[in-house]
Amino acid sequence: MPLSSADFSAIWLTLKLASLTTVILLIIGTPIALWLSRTRSWLRGPVGAIVALPLVLPPTVIGFYLLLALGPNGYIGQLTQSLGLGTLTFSFAGLVIGSVLYSMPFVVQPLQNAFSAIGTRPLEVAATLRANPWDTFFSVILPLARPGFITAAILGFAHTVGEFGVVLMIGGNIPDKTRVVSVQIYDHVEAMEYAQAHWLAGAMLVFSFAVLLALYSSRKTKAGWS
Amino acid sequence: MIHMRLKLKYSGFALDVDLQLPGRGVTALYGHSGSGKTTCLRCIAGLERAEQGFIQVNDEIWQDSDQQVFVPPHKRALGYVFQEASLFPHLSVLANLEFGLKRIPKQQRRVDMTHATELLGIGHLLDRHPQHLSGGERQRVGIARALLTSPKLLLMDEPLAALDSQRKGEILPYLQRLHDELDIPVLYVSHSQDEVARLADHIVLLSNGKALASGPIGETLARLDLPLALGDDAGVVIEGHVSAYDPDYQLLTLQLPGTALSIRVTHTPMDTGQALRCKVQARDVSLSLHGVEQSSILNRLPVTVISEMGADNAAHVLIRLDAAGTPLLARITRYSRDQLSVHPGQQLWAQIKAVAVLA
Repeated sequence: MPLSSADFSAIWLTLKLASLTTVILLIIGTPIALWLSRTRSWLRGPVGAIVALPLVLPPTVIGFYLLLALGPNGYIGQLTQSLGLGTLTFSFAGLVIGSVLYSMPFVVQPLQNAFSAIGTRPLEVAATLRANPWDTFFSVILPLARPGFITAAILGFAHTVGEFGVVLMIGGNIPDKTRVVSVQIYDHVEAMEYAQAHWLAGAMLVFSFAVLLALYSSRKTKAGWS
Repeated sequence: MIHMRLKLKYSGFALDVDLQLPGRGVTALYGHSGSGKTTCLRCIAGLERAEQGFIQVNDEIWQDSDQQVFVPPHKRALGYVFQEASLFPHLSVLANLEFGLKRIPKQQRRVDMTHATELLGIGHLLDRHPQHLSGGERQRVGIARALLTSPKLLLMDEPLAALDSQRKGEILPYLQRLHDELDIPVLYVSHSQDEVARLADHIVLLSNGKALASGPIGETLARLDLPLALGDDAGVVIEGHVSAYDPDYQLLTLQLPGTALSIRVTHTPMDTGQALRCKVQARDVSLSLHGVEQSSILNRLPVTVISEMGADNAAHVLIRLDAAGTPLLARITRYSRDQLSVHPGQQLWAQIKAVAVLA
C-alpha cells in the first residue's frame, strides 16, 4: 500500500477543508463581487484591493496576522474566548477562516467579471417585467453568470487544496485536525520518506492538472448576452 | 392622461420638461440624439431618477419628489421595449414571453399569450432560442413580451433603430396593428420622421432637454415655427376616410376630415368609411392662381395662404396653407412666390403631385 492511513486522513481533511471553504466563499463572495461590479462608491478601489491582497502577499504574512488576531490576545481570539469557544488557532475552524481569506480573490474575481459582463441591461429588462431585485438575482443573474460560478468554485477549491503557508502558520501540524496534504508531503520529505512524498505529490500534480484542464477546455462554450 | 414634470442634470446635459400627454393613442417623443427623449422614457420607467420629478399615469402617481414618492420600476405597470430587443439569452422565446406574464396576477391580465403571439406573428418561434432569431423577429418577441405584462403604458425606445430598412418595413405593420387593436397608450421615442408620421397621433418635439412643442400630429408637423418644417422630408400627415373606390383606375377617394374636400390616391380596394393615414410632403405641393383643368396631377385643392417662412436654403420658401381646416405645407421657390405674389389670406390652388399612403 503506497499511501498510509495518515496520508488518507490528510487527503480527507484537505477535501473537507476545500469543500467547506468553497461553499463559504461562494456565499460571501457573491454579494462582494456583485457590489464590486455595480457600485460607483469610492470604496470600490480599497475593497477590491483588499480582496486581491492574497494574490501578492506571501502566505506567511497572512498567516502571521491571522495568528495574532485569532490568538488569545487578538481581537477575534478575545471575542471567541468570551463566547466560550476558546481560541481558533491550531484548529480546523481556524484553518477554514484562513483558507477563506487566502482563496477569496480566486472566487470573487471570476464572479465579478461574470457580473460585469452581464451589464445592467438584463437587470433593467427584468425590472420592467415586474421582477423584484431578489427575483432578478435568481432568475436572471444567477443563470447568466453560471460559467463564472463554475470557474470561481473550481479555482477556489483547487487553490485551497494547494495551500501551505497559511496552514503551517495558524494550523500547525496536528494529525486529523490541521494536517492537510501539503503539510503531510512536507513531513514526509523532512523524514526522508521520498517514496511516500512522491505518491502524494504525484496525486496533487495529477489533480491540479485535471482541474485546470477541465477549466480551460470549458472556456469555449460560454453563453453570452445578446 | 399622462403628466410628467422632470428636472435632471448631468455634466453637459440638462433635462427640463413639463408635459401633459393624452392617455390614449401613440405619442412620439421626437428629436435628435442627445435631445433627452430616451432619458424621459427611462425616468418614466423609473430606470433613471430625476432629482425633481412628478410622474402620473392616469390615476397612478409613480414619482413625486416633493412627497418623497418613488415607485420602483418593477412595481410600475408599464411595458418597455428597448432599442435592442434584449431578450434573455438563457431562455427560449416562450420562456422570455412568460417571464413577465407569470409575474402578473391572473385577474390583472388583459393580454393573453395567443393574442400577443398572433398580433406579432411569432407563434412559430416559441421553441427557438434568441440566438437563432433574426433582428426583426427578436424585436417582435421583445414587443410581445412587454405587452404580456398587460401594461397601462407602453414605452418604446427606438424599437426600429437597430434594424435595417427591410426589417423596419417588416415590423411597422405590426406596430400599426398594435395601435389599431389595443387600447394601451404608447410613448414612442424616435428620430425618424417617417416612423412618427406613420404611427403617432401626438408628437412632442424635444431639443436639448426641452420640449419645443407638444400637440396633435397633423397640426404640429405643419407648424412653421418649428425646425420640423425645415427638413427635406417635411410634410403633413392627413387622416382621412375612404369615401369611394374606382376599381377600373384603382383610385381611392379619401375625404379630408370635416370637409367636403377629398384627394385621390392609387391603392388596393378598401371599404368606404375606413380610416386611412397619408403623408403629403411639402416638396410635392405646388401652387397656382387658377384651378388648372387639364393636368396629369390628380389632386387640386382650393387653399388659403396662412403664413410663410424661409426654408433651409435661400432659394426656397415654405408656405403654410389651409384646405378647409386641413393644414398643408408647400415648399416652392422664392422666385415662384414673387411671381404669384403669395401673401397671407390669398386664395390659391394647391396641386399635390404625390400622396404617400402610410396606413
